[in-house]
Amino acid sequence: MTPTLGSVQPVLQGRGLVKTFGRVVALNGADLELYPGEVLAVVGDNGAGKSSLIKCFSGAHTPDSGEMLVNGEPVVFRSTNEARQKGVETVFQTLAVAPALDISENLFLGREVRSKGILGSVFRKLDTKFMREEAARHLKELGIGTVQSITQTVETLSGGQRQAVAVARAAAFGSQVIILDEPTAALGVRESARVLQLIKDLRDRGMPVILISHNMPQVFEVANRIHVQRLGRRAAVVTPQTHTMNDVVAIMTGALTIDESDQALPPVSTSVS
Amino acid sequence: MINRVTRGRAFAAVAAFGVASMVLAACGGGSTSTESSAAPAASAAPADSAAPAEGGAEVAVSLITKDSTNPFFVAMQEGAKATAGEIGVNLTVGSGKQEGDDQGQIDLIENAIAQGQNGILITPMSVNVNDAIKKARDAGLFVIALDTPTDPPDVVDITFATDNCLAGEAIGQWAAGKLNGEKAVIARLVIFNDRMVSVDYCRDNGFLKGMGIDVKDATVMGDEDATGKYATGAGGDYEIVCLEATGANEEGGRKGMETCLSKNPDINVVYTINEPTAFGAAAALEAAGKAIGKDVIIVSVDGGLAGVEAVKAGQIQATSQQYPLRMAALGVQAIYDIVNSGTKPENTSADGTFFDTGVTLCTDDPMETVTAAPQESAQYCIDNAWG
Amino acid sequence: MSQTPTVAVDLAEEFMEPRTPLQRVQGILHRYPYVSPLVVLVVAMVVFTLINPRFLLPGNLSFLTQQTVVIGTLAIAQTLIILTAGIDLSIGAIMVFGQMVMANLAVSVTASNVLPIAGQNPIIAILLGILAAVFAGAINGFLITRFRLPPFIVTLGTLSVFTALTLILFKARTIQGPEIPEALKFLGKTIKIGDFALMYGVILMVAMFAIFAYILRNTAWGRHIYAVGDDPVAAELSGINVNRVIFSVYVVAGFIMGIASWIYIGRVGSASPNADPLINLDTITAVVIGGVSLFGGRGTLIGTFIGAFIIVVVENGLALAGLDQAYRVLAVGILVILAVAVDQWIRKVKS
Repeated sequence: MTPTLGSVQPVLQGRGLVKTFGRVVALNGADLELYPGEVLAVVGDNGAGKSSLIKCFSGAHTPDSGEMLVNGEPVVFRSTNEARQKGVETVFQTLAVAPALDISENLFLGREVRSKGILGSVFRKLDTKFMREEAARHLKELGIGTVQSITQTVETLSGGQRQAVAVARAAAFGSQVIILDEPTAALGVRESARVLQLIKDLRDRGMPVILISHNMPQVFEVANRIHVQRLGRRAAVVTPQTHTMNDVVAIMTGALTIDESDQALPPVSTSVS
Repeated sequence: MINRVTRGRAFAAVAAFGVASMVLAACGGGSTSTESSAAPAASAAPADSAAPAEGGAEVAVSLITKDSTNPFFVAMQEGAKATAGEIGVNLTVGSGKQEGDDQGQIDLIENAIAQGQNGILITPMSVNVNDAIKKARDAGLFVIALDTPTDPPDVVDITFATDNCLAGEAIGQWAAGKLNGEKAVIARLVIFNDRMVSVDYCRDNGFLKGMGIDVKDATVMGDEDATGKYATGAGGDYEIVCLEATGANEEGGRKGMETCLSKNPDINVVYTINEPTAFGAAAALEAAGKAIGKDVIIVSVDGGLAGVEAVKAGQIQATSQQYPLRMAALGVQAIYDIVNSGTKPENTSADGTFFDTGVTLCTDDPMETVTAAPQESAQYCIDNAWG
Repeated sequence: MSQTPTVAVDLAEEFMEPRTPLQRVQGILHRYPYVSPLVVLVVAMVVFTLINPRFLLPGNLSFLTQQTVVIGTLAIAQTLIILTAGIDLSIGAIMVFGQMVMANLAVSVTASNVLPIAGQNPIIAILLGILAAVFAGAINGFLITRFRLPPFIVTLGTLSVFTALTLILFKARTIQGPEIPEALKFLGKTIKIGDFALMYGVILMVAMFAIFAYILRNTAWGRHIYAVGDDPVAAELSGINVNRVIFSVYVVAGFIMGIASWIYIGRVGSASPNADPLINLDTITAVVIGGVSLFGGRGTLIGTFIGAFIIVVVENGLALAGLDQAYRVLAVGILVILAVAVDQWIRKVKS
């Protein structure tokens, strides 16, 4: 059972999700809750079902059974587009950016804006100027860009900058939730720090974030709560304040089990620790 | 940053380029169809054929042309099929994919050997098929070259041909007569200019010889002097502007003529390897504002129906007509006779090197200078044309 | 927003980073991939003019445009396909197929046609010929997207299939000039501007280059073609229906090939089932020389246009310089290798 405390409703919720690939059970009744204004880290050993869980929410997989809710409403995602339409944006590890296109084109990839009037309706002309201005504005809001760089192709950007573009795209379209899959995996220390800052900025602007990561120090730096995935289901939810990195690793490996009452299942702000 | 997916595609794409060129350059054996006609039920049921069938032994023949689209070869195939149907020969028809596809012909020759056929009729693509022909003869097949002699000619048992050199000579003589002393500014549109193929150099050098120009080595094109005097008829100065490869088709003819016109717009004699090439050349000349028959004369070889109709319409001034239908039909008959009665055909040409199936110069403007072939009107040629 | 300026400055710093002249050239080529073929074209034209001044005469220039028309038109189709990281080896076979459909439908019943529905109104014959090419393109697209087969293999197969189909359906007959109705040859007519003869087909080709350059640059479909060729996984995750884009590209390419069929009949004046058997490679050559990347996602139609022109210019220029066909083939081959090498170099542009 998933407790819902008081009036705080999860932005994103999964109940008893099951996903199998042939005989391999990737998800075995997994639960997840993400509450407004928090960074929820999802950690787990390889094969614990982190990826599958996230792919269900991003629409890349459809769960075999179980229920997903956005703002309390049940949803079914058959594609990443459907998830996106419900406000669930995912930044994949591969970033899903087209290197040869410029920043603005990447931001609007798949949801281009056409010009007004006959140019747009008959000649299908794109409103490049508008899209560039919008892209520049979004990047500026996130503090990750200068206006003159907006027509730079993405392949000329550094890894951190690409990540920033991908995050900016995720944040740009009135999304409700942003899921980041291993955003710092390919980055150096300095760039990782920048991306972590970006995640904090997103949260400060009220955007709930799910962060999938292997990197415990980073998780402990930015997460409000930590969802530990093990053997296809949720093993525990803890907070950086109540548990140590060693505890989390122990939960991941099954060396430590934590009683439900001792967990941070509800949002941290309203829970009593 | 190339990820693995795009890199894989990249290799595929590069491979595409390389392999495709190889495939297209080397891949052979165009279209093959087997015409099983009247008699050969015996071959399908060997149990019943303890003794040869009444009309004689089962005779199997391959006809191998250069391609299957040129009306000349299409007509040849039709002629062979008709005769094969009449006398009951099992005929296999095949061709290279296009001019220059040696490998395609070699494959077909080897197929004929493998099937234990009695004979092969072939328009040899080049000397590259000689070895395969020798192999066939060693295996006991009677090989007749059709239209194009092999080089050297004794690679095959006998050649059934129109005399391409003579056909070229006739149009050369005609052109010189028509010029009547005027300076000849000559464009030559041949099949290849980087490879020497007998039909190509024989017609082309024949044309120059007919005009009374020293061709030097008769098996090499382009070794003659670029300027000088032609001797036939009234005689006069000549200037050779170009020797362009066309692949013997319309597009090549047009492009080659355009290149020649760019080199020298004053061209007044155009030699073309065949009539499709002549059509392309005519289109280019017309586009350049030349009056064909007035500013410039076009001569050609083949005598296909469309070609001689063009002579009548004034698009081509003279063409040497050949008789591919007769050629192929005689070839099928010859192999049938060899198998059934042992009679071999004999050479009938002037120089005794091949079985001459004849040539006629088609023009509505006959010239006294023409001695290499009889001259007939375009209408006569239309009535006797193939294709 | 107080913490943001550091990041912004960092980013700006990286873009402003001083570069060597070579890197700057690399950067320019990266941004405008058609610059290198343009340089090659201009240099070639200057050299050929110096060797033989006739090269630059209006008459010869008009020949150059006319000789570009078929390969140029087909290269538009090839560009669209290569931008999706595909390739079409059947491009010439489809053009010939369309051309034979048109010609055979249009000739009178008594001519050498073999179809019982021959003798159609020439306009209908043209439309049906284009439709046949669209259908052929759709088959390629269907096989590639539905069964996830590599475009190279699919089109290598359909190259043979369409060639054979043409030979079977039309009994391998060449339809010669006089038999073909004028409407089919319409695009071969010219307008004289002094000594320069402008062929209608050339106007159509240039118009199509302009239209498709606009589409690639300014429409969502055009941008999606680039995205799909660049990184299909990223495109799919961005919400683009990759298969639909690829399929539509092959269909549109088929349409362009159909137009090329019509242009071809005008240019050559006849319809032969073995017309230009190597034109598929010529189109790939034009595209590659034009700076379009065989890896997909990069390149412009301006580049392709220049690339097609370069092939013709090199052939014509070397011919006027008195060199044999073999040298022309050699020159084009070297250009291709150079173009691919330059493409590889450009792709290594530093981040």
